[in-house]
Amino acid sequence: MSSTDVIIHDEKDNVGVVVIEKIKPNQECNCWIMENDKSAKIQSISEIPLGHKIAMTDLKEGDTILKYGHDIGKVVKNIKKGEHVHVHNVKTKKW
Amino acid sequence: MEIPKSFLGYKRENGRAGTRNHVIILPVDDISNACAEAVANNIKGTIALPHSYGRLQFGADLELHFRTMIGTGKNPNVAAVIVIGIEPKWTKRIVDAIAKTGKPVEGFSIEGVGDIDTIAKVSKKAQEFSMWASEKQREECPMSDLWISVKCGESDTTSGLASNPTVGNLMDKLEPFGVHLCFGETSELTGAETVCAKRGKTPEAQKKFMKTWSDYNDFILKEATDDLSESQPTAGNIAGGLTTIEEKAFGNFQKIGSRQFIDVLEPAEEPTKGKGLYFMDTSSAAAECVTLQAAGGFNIHLFPTGQGNIIGNPIEPVIKLTANPLTAKTMSEHIDVDVSKILSRQMNLNQAGDELIKATLRVANGRLTCAEALGHKEFVMTKLYRSA
Repeated sequence: MSSTDVIIHDEKDNVGVVVIEKIKPNQECNCWIMENDKSAKIQSISEIPLGHKIAMTDLKEGDTILKYGHDIGKVVKNIKKGEHVHVHNVKTKKW
Repeated sequence: MEIPKSFLGYKRENGRAGTRNHVIILPVDDISNACAEAVANNIKGTIALPHSYGRLQFGADLELHFRTMIGTGKNPNVAAVIVIGIEPKWTKRIVDAIAKTGKPVEGFSIEGVGDIDTIAKVSKKAQEFSMWASEKQREECPMSDLWISVKCGESDTTSGLASNPTVGNLMDKLEPFGVHLCFGETSELTGAETVCAKRGKTPEAQKKFMKTWSDYNDFILKEATDDLSESQPTAGNIAGGLTTIEEKAFGNFQKIGSRQFIDVLEPAEEPTKGKGLYFMDTSSAAAECVTLQAAGGFNIHLFPTGQGNIIGNPIEPVIKLTANPLTAKTMSEHIDVDVSKILSRQMNLNQAGDELIKATLRVANGRLTCAEALGHKEFVMTKLYRSA
């Protein structure tokens, strides 16, 4: 089995988590969807460190980020598929 | 994996079973610690549980103190109890409540006697209890005698990814065996509170959860100088890749798998609605939380960690698991179960859950946890507000 670069918790999630030391731009990444034990691929745009998130689809301002199959915040700046998702483009809906 | 139907535990007088066979010397208050520790030093096979409180407390805070003391004594991992307090009245209240389990318990007060004569008197009784308990044998007990509590600490992204879901997998597999389960950490569920509330089995349980969480949140909003966005997630969490408080909370929430909770417990409250999952209102500080869960009657604890929390408890064995390969390597003496292979997909959640079940049963049967072997005995009372 090829090595895993990105883990996705739930089939519904629109972000995955990097589990290798670093993903480089334009890297073809192997993804593992834990919930159903399936595989997927994603082409990265940005450099993304271990533990950080990658967008699995294009996301527009106001969209909801889903991780664990749940709402974990809102997009505040358009995000392209394969881009780094973090505090610069996503905020909590809590305050 | 076929899950075993039983483990080897110590059957107690009230029908519960313990995974340990401790004789404890329980000080009612801070000033009785010296006496309790002297007795535990004199008599082998006993442990003292020193702590910092028990004087001039009042109201709900005092009630919680009593509930924690009494619950600790009643825990089935405890074979017999000696209670030592400065005054006879509070000492007796604790002794009488523990005695209802049918286990040997005796109280002593220091006032009018002094430390030295008290230590001599108590040591004689402690020797009797220790030698009596040493003859207890492990017997076959059904899995339903396991009361499993969970709490995570020093979390990082590997916790939400793998070690917390491993605990959730264990819960999903063991609940059908009739075990009692307990999660807590009111503060760390912020962001996932409405989703968590929906896991309540009844509208009453759901309502009770939201009230408990709201009371906590109101307290935070009253005391906080900002909206928490600077502290939740923490700078360390953000560096590790956690973006929002919701994301952190959902990582924590993975520990309960797909279970529903039956009821919401006060801190240190014993569950009374039968087998299944309970939520207990606790702090997210590790030692405080586990002390409260042990006082609620839970007899084995699962503790997923990311960066490497080292906590133990004097009466409830604490099993640590991590999915962080670096922690598993650099802090190996603290890690009972290494599930880091999940990240490289060399292990799936089902296999990790099975590994954790095997480790839990070995510890239930008597294998020492890392924390026990290293002497971690953190007994920390929760204080609700300042004393009079």
